[in-house]
Amino acid sequence: MSERVLMKGNEALAEAAILAGCRHFFGYPITPQTELAAYMSKRLPKVGGVFLQAESEIAAINMVQGAAAAGVRAMTSSSSPGISLKTEGISYMCGSNLPCVIVNIQRGGPGLGGIQPSQADYCQAVKAPGHGDLHILVSAPATVQEMVDLAGKAFDLADKYRMPAMILADGMLGQMMEPVVLPGEPAGPLPKKEWAASGHNNGRPKNIINSLYLDPYMLEESIKKRYERYKIIEENESLHENYLADDAEIVLVSYGATSRVAKAAINMARGKGIRAGLLRPLTLYPFPKKAVAEAAKTAKAFISVEMSMGQMVDDIRLACDCSVPVEFFGRTGGVIPNVDEILGFIEKTDRRYK
Amino acid sequence: MPSFKRPKALADVPTSYCPGCTHGVIHRLIAETIDELGIEGKTVGIAPVGCSVLAYNFFNCDMIQAPHGRAPAVATGVKRAIPDNVLFTYQGDGDLAAIGTAETVHAAARGENITVIFVNNAIYGMTGGQMAPTSLPEQVTQTSPYGRDIKSAGFPIKVCELLSTLDGVAYAERVAVDSVKNIRNAKKAVKKAFEAQIAEKGFSIVEIISSCPTNWGLTPVDALDWLRDNMLPYYPLGIYKDKTS
Ligand SMILES: Cc1ncc(C[n+]2csc(CCOP(=O)(O)OP(=O)(O)O)c2C)c(N)n1
Ligand code: SF4
Repeated sequence: MSERVLMKGNEALAEAAILAGCRHFFGYPITPQTELAAYMSKRLPKVGGVFLQAESEIAAINMVQGAAAAGVRAMTSSSSPGISLKTEGISYMCGSNLPCVIVNIQRGGPGLGGIQPSQADYCQAVKAPGHGDLHILVSAPATVQEMVDLAGKAFDLADKYRMPAMILADGMLGQMMEPVVLPGEPAGPLPKKEWAASGHNNGRPKNIINSLYLDPYMLEESIKKRYERYKIIEENESLHENYLADDAEIVLVSYGATSRVAKAAINMARGKGIRAGLLRPLTLYPFPKKAVAEAAKTAKAFISVEMSMGQMVDDIRLACDCSVPVEFFGRTGGVIPNVDEILGFIEKTDRRYK
Repeated sequence: MPSFKRPKALADVPTSYCPGCTHGVIHRLIAETIDELGIEGKTVGIAPVGCSVLAYNFFNCDMIQAPHGRAPAVATGVKRAIPDNVLFTYQGDGDLAAIGTAETVHAAARGENITVIFVNNAIYGMTGGQMAPTSLPEQVTQTSPYGRDIKSAGFPIKVCELLSTLDGVAYAERVAVDSVKNIRNAKKAVKKAFEAQIAEKGFSIVEIISSCPTNWGLTPVDALDWLRDNMLPYYPLGIYKDKTS
């Protein structure tokens, strides 16, 4: 299939997951991820898959955990309050080296918050998606096409590194319609998971899926081994887009739906003679540190543009070793920043660091 | 019985259970059942959080260790992925009837084709003897030092009675492991529950009234007496649901 079709972000992501070989979806209703689960409930039974509406997000992530432990590609989707409930299961899956894909179509928080688009779960996703020493892969699409492309990649990388992968999107991307090109199905069968608990058929030693180590030295050892994997991931798997950032003095760092507004503001700033550019992380873990450090060489200032209170600012500071000031512009609570206010902030920042 | 051998499905390793604890007996009944049905190769067991957390070391089938209370949800995921396999969860009363109540009730309501082995010892064993959802009225525990006060702590949950109202439940029986006669009966119930799953009848649960000499503060023999005198009157043994025939 290579022709362009018009699809909603949530539905395109769901179809991409199916095309990536995912046949098991477990979820619990929540706005604004609704279309994703609805699409799965319609499509999965037609392709021999399983859609199950769980009694809670806690149950859903644990069903994902069971299916993943049995060796299949499994996923769940939710939005912010539901992701909080999944953190227990995410931590267990990290500790048990289990792959899966979790979609967070973020909405405003804290608490019940609101139902409008937000990026206020950044820190939860990249710093503490569960208790313990752990990371999950986090990618951040900015278009419906990227919802598709990053979904397929999330399944592949989750399997490759045996860890959960999260797609951190927002209500705006989930609901918006854009033309997309869907990928083909995997050419052959997916690689067999020799470690899966799917019955030993009296043909191999038993497999145990477990995150418990009563001996602290053994637990430490297992964590250190996992951190070696994280190091490889940090070196090899970060993705970003560089938009006019090579010669930029004012470098905006922005991801997801917000980055689209930031781009428009950059175009207008360029029209006014300001050398503005954009570094857009497509992966938030691993964070594109090298790209930020590189941009810091020409930048007079960074501006983190987010739909949150500035949760990404410290990561930019760390990536450039505080060599360049990092300003912040954002709206939160479900308010989408508009082009004019971002442009105004670019101009102000440009004046300040002239 | 010509000889008393270790069932093949039971690993030849020291267990982590206290001397005189009936968890070990229950393990044996499950392992014998797996042997007799010839299903070790296609069985996946789910260990809970509780004294039996290390059950993944004690059975020879593939095993998964689940978060506290989530075993029925994990089992659901496995079963939906590989429906021809046989799934059992092994859960204590805190795991199943407190933190995991929702997962238990909904797996049962869905008629999830899995087998739940529910060990009711009226206490939180692993954490040192706190009040469980199944602790009896007036029962003294670490967190009910003046006895379980039903005015404040409410009443114990009778799991078989509760679940038997759900249409998805194919088989629910309460048994005990305090005497040879009851252990034999418990074995029959465990086997029947596994057979119900293999025949795709739906959710099956065996509630096993078990002892915790350590946290009850009794010798193993006195613990069995306490079980008979206090638990069996409150938790009547018997079949609560049987849609298998
Ligand atoms: C989320 C969570 N809460 C609390 C605990 C602590 N914890 C470990 S075992 C246990 C109680 C287990 O009691 P029960 O299920 O009755 O099993 P038993 O130990 O009596 O066999 C608790 C509360 C935990 N591990 N995880
Ligand atoms: S604490 Fe109680 S339930 Fe746990 S192993 Fe010891 S006797 Fe058995």
